[in-house]
Amino acid sequence: MSEQPDRHATLITPDRGSILAYLGEVWANRDLVAFLVWRDIKVRYRQTFFGAAWALVPPFFTMVVFTLIFGTLVKVASDGQPYWAFSICALTAWNYFSQALTNAANSAINNASLIEKVYFPRLSLPLSAILSPLLDLAIALAFLVPVLAMAGIVPSVRLPLLIPLTAIALASALGLGAILAALNVRYRDVRHLVPLLLQLGLFATPVVYPASLVPEALRPLLGLNPMAGVVEGFRWVLLGSSADPWPLVAVSAVTAMVLLACGIFVFMRLERSFADLI
Amino acid sequence: MLPAIEARDIAKRYRLGHNGGASTMAELLGATAASMLPGKRGKSAGNGAEDFWALKGVSFEIAPGEVVGLVGENGAGKSTLLKILSRITPPTRGSVNYRGRIGSLLEVGTGFHPELSGRDNVYLSGAILGMHRADVKRHFDEIIDFSGVEAFLDTPVKRYSSGMYMRLAFAVAAHLDTDILLVDEVLAVGDYKFQQKCLNRMDSIAHDGRTVIFISHSLIAIQAICRRAIWLDRGTIAADGPTASVIARYAGTEHTAGGIARDWPDADKAPGNASIRLRNARVEAVGAEPGAPIDVRQSFAMSFEYDNLREGAHLNAGLVVTNEDGVVIFDAGPNEEPVATAAGRRRERCVVPGDLMNDGTYRVSVELRDRGEVLLSIPDLLTFEILDNPYGRFGWYGKWEGAVRPRLDWTSEKLT
Repeated sequence: MSEQPDRHATLITPDRGSILAYLGEVWANRDLVAFLVWRDIKVRYRQTFFGAAWALVPPFFTMVVFTLIFGTLVKVASDGQPYWAFSICALTAWNYFSQALTNAANSAINNASLIEKVYFPRLSLPLSAILSPLLDLAIALAFLVPVLAMAGIVPSVRLPLLIPLTAIALASALGLGAILAALNVRYRDVRHLVPLLLQLGLFATPVVYPASLVPEALRPLLGLNPMAGVVEGFRWVLLGSSADPWPLVAVSAVTAMVLLACGIFVFMRLERSFADLI
Repeated sequence: MLPAIEARDIAKRYRLGHNGGASTMAELLGATAASMLPGKRGKSAGNGAEDFWALKGVSFEIAPGEVVGLVGENGAGKSTLLKILSRITPPTRGSVNYRGRIGSLLEVGTGFHPELSGRDNVYLSGAILGMHRADVKRHFDEIIDFSGVEAFLDTPVKRYSSGMYMRLAFAVAAHLDTDILLVDEVLAVGDYKFQQKCLNRMDSIAHDGRTVIFISHSLIAIQAICRRAIWLDRGTIAADGPTASVIARYAGTEHTAGGIARDWPDADKAPGNASIRLRNARVEAVGAEPGAPIDVRQSFAMSFEYDNLREGAHLNAGLVVTNEDGVVIFDAGPNEEPVATAAGRRRERCVVPGDLMNDGTYRVSVELRDRGEVLLSIPDLLTFEILDNPYGRFGWYGKWEGAVRPRLDWTSEKLT
């Protein structure tokens, strides 16, 4: 008998293990995920003058441009809200998604040296990549809520609902990001594809226009884009609009879950060859 | 007791050419989709011509607490083997069963981020190597102490000298307390004082009862630390056993193209001419069993036998030993003046004392003259290897410089 019964046996074979065992391993490596997130956050604003203020700049400038073009010139409907408020709520959510997806898609190739030299469940990489931009989201919201309040849009009790909405964005960024990260290891084309996807996505999502522009019957279909539900949800929470976004959000949530499952599945399938191909 | 590691027939194929298999993204997506369907598993064999087998079926067992050195030339599959054992890459065939936690040090500084401070990197690198936060915290002072960089803990490591960086990185790695440790050539860094520290650390890890597999090109380091060695040659195990004998065989065959002993039983095919026929030549350790390795402390004999076909020749033999760089180490001959010799079989033999030659590969050239006339001259007839020996190194494992390595009468005394 071995003196140390806690030394569990591990078997390495050419075959993959089960998804559950894999997810268990990701969980066992949560310290690593935490450290990778912490590293990303710590490094992101190193040697910058404005530091974390950069979390506010991109949504702010996009909001200014959109307000000028779509709000003032084209006069897009904004559900009865001032256009700047209407767009910045959506942009805050979209900005998180865009940042998370870009990070996740590049997460494997940016950590090539780790993949070649140490073992850990590779899903930790896209996972930490989508978690670190949450800080920027939090900073942006921490500014946005008081600014809206000053403009007379007082935050409501709906505010905690931002958490499940963010979870939908998180899940879809992880699902899509994991697929892109895995493909990126083989085909660096992905790096060029991601900005394009995000540009298209910005207009496929009701960011500059309201979901109410889409006929009521077709509106839940918009939810096949998971970010549509998130963006409309963010507006509903932050602006206190009356139009009920929940059918849309529900469809988006389901889409996000499906995307997440597919993402993990594809990633698991491809990750074992990462070290050989990267 | 159950073995710590059991490897059964592990093989690893790399696809040469680009992108391993699927050539377009569409093909890959198609293959992935197809493999989701039941009964469609297993891809086509692919183009065999583009395959490279880095490992071709390697099996071994390692007992808990064993410290095993892995030797072999570049490309023999050593690093691939460690990558499979550490799960960085899956085997193409075969299986590995191990018990306990495995940790790998395939590079010094894995996971270090140049922008972060020394302190931050200790935690980060520890987490990446698989240590729990509590473990790093517990060992933190030891790690810093070991690295000797405490004054710069809050400086970003990009401002470190490469020596400091290496020391800190190794210090973290050295405190990885997994049951099994895989180490690839990390001792190639740092000055000799630090190398010694690393080796001592490896030694104490080994004495902790942990299982270690250690790759190094420094045979002397392997000899110092490992009791068992495995020699990998082009993807298969060429030898597995006690370090000294595996290393002797490895070092013996690696370079000795000419061979340590040669025989010509058939006189007609033997080198020579109407005056001289060479019949055999060899280099062998003195006072050891035949075939024993020669190390720097071991005295050895060089000898050759020949048929003298010229009646009354004044034979004068010479043996010239050159090292790998082509430097002549010595040119030896008999100590008596040649006299007229009757025809027949003769042997020339000379003994080289221990503690004279440096470690390395040597070539022996043979010459025979009759007065001024050269009867036979064969350059590089034999090749032999002199192995290193830890004696006199006092824990230092670098390359010992010098064409020769005599052990001299040395006195060291206090005068004032």
